[in-house]
Amino acid sequence: MAEIDGGGGGGKHKGGKKRGKKLSTRVDFTPMVDLGFLLITFFMLTTSMNKPQTMEINMPVKEDEVKPEDESKVKASQAITLLLAKNDKVVYYFINEKTGEPEQPVEESFSKDGIRKVLMAENKKRNPQVDSIKVYKEQLNSGIITEDEYKSHVFDIKSNKNALIVIIKASDDSRYKNLVDILDEMLICNIGRYAVVDITDIEIEMLKSVNL
Amino acid sequence: MSKVKVPRKSTSVDMTAMTDVAFLLLTFFMLATKFKPDEPVIVDTPSSISEIKLPESDIMLLTIDKDGRVFFGIDGQGTRELLLDKMAVKYNLQFTPEEKKEFSLLSTYGGSISQLKQYLSYSPDQRKEFDKTALGIPTDSLNNELGDWVWQARLANNNVRVAIKGDQQTPNKIVKRVVSTLQDKKVNRFNFITAMERNTEE
Repeated sequence: MAEIDGGGGGGKHKGGKKRGKKLSTRVDFTPMVDLGFLLITFFMLTTSMNKPQTMEINMPVKEDEVKPEDESKVKASQAITLLLAKNDKVVYYFINEKTGEPEQPVEESFSKDGIRKVLMAENKKRNPQVDSIKVYKEQLNSGIITEDEYKSHVFDIKSNKNALIVIIKASDDSRYKNLVDILDEMLICNIGRYAVVDITDIEIEMLKSVNL
Repeated sequence: MSKVKVPRKSTSVDMTAMTDVAFLLLTFFMLATKFKPDEPVIVDTPSSISEIKLPESDIMLLTIDKDGRVFFGIDGQGTRELLLDKMAVKYNLQFTPEEKKEFSLLSTYGGSISQLKQYLSYSPDQRKEFDKTALGIPTDSLNNELGDWVWQARLANNNVRVAIKGDQQTPNKIVKRVVSTLQDKKVNRFNFITAMERNTEE
């Protein structure tokens, strides 16, 4: 393969003067290319170009440090409680504003037509502006508003005082996937205020009452 | 009528240009590459529509596999060495400079602190074997070593961000325990590592 052309013979030297052979400078580069591409392949396979996706979670400070005046009071009817149960099921319930008692829990699935529909509807009932997020999104896509403007609009809508507040409680039988899924729904349904809280014994009983 | 003779051309092509391209690409990949860290367990992360990317450095990674075993990892060789020093003081252990060097090259660890010295003396194959049967970092409330790892790691590197990488099947019980450990150590902001969602329709 990589022969170096010697120019063949060299020819007769006139006058007896000694001269070095004229060698061609051309070298066959094929093996070098092979090697190059081999190394490229190696680096392409070992490299991790795409950074993993993440979800940011802010947890509240542990309870014993919260002073009473820092606690925010919310209307009972404004909050929905989601209980993550086993077998990929989610159960939600509201607190009745008059009696202060939990209402009848309802079982839902994690699918698009399941809990998402409920959350969308409930959030819209309390915060009708959520619909305009779609409009802003279209405006952003067509270049009418800038990304910063879009973000500030969305932030304003999400932080509406009357918007739905979601309390997420994961039971020990649920999977990690359920938790991530439900946090994902918060993003999809444009719910600005939600919290992940420990499940209570009453709620475990409640799950048992609906056979979960 | 004589035939037109087509002169025979040599089939060899000048490879120089191709070599140039190949090596240019090679240089790019060599500079851009960051070796995938060894993962002791295979974790299938759940998907989300979130588009936030994980920062490249200063990451403390808590991997939780589907059986609920917790593995701890932190980036930066200097940070790791500092962390081991701090953990050694905390648990009254002595580590030789060789062991410190080994630990600084360790991407993840999932065992109790008392097993660490032995683990560092293992060969890569023995480590793989250990990781298969390891119980993970103890997280129960009586013996919460994970809390110490997290706390000392934050002392070793103040800017560190906590990322949790859980498997789809991980029981929430374990995740909750890890999260409450983090809260105890005043880590109230952290990231869940997720994969890209395939369908993002509303």
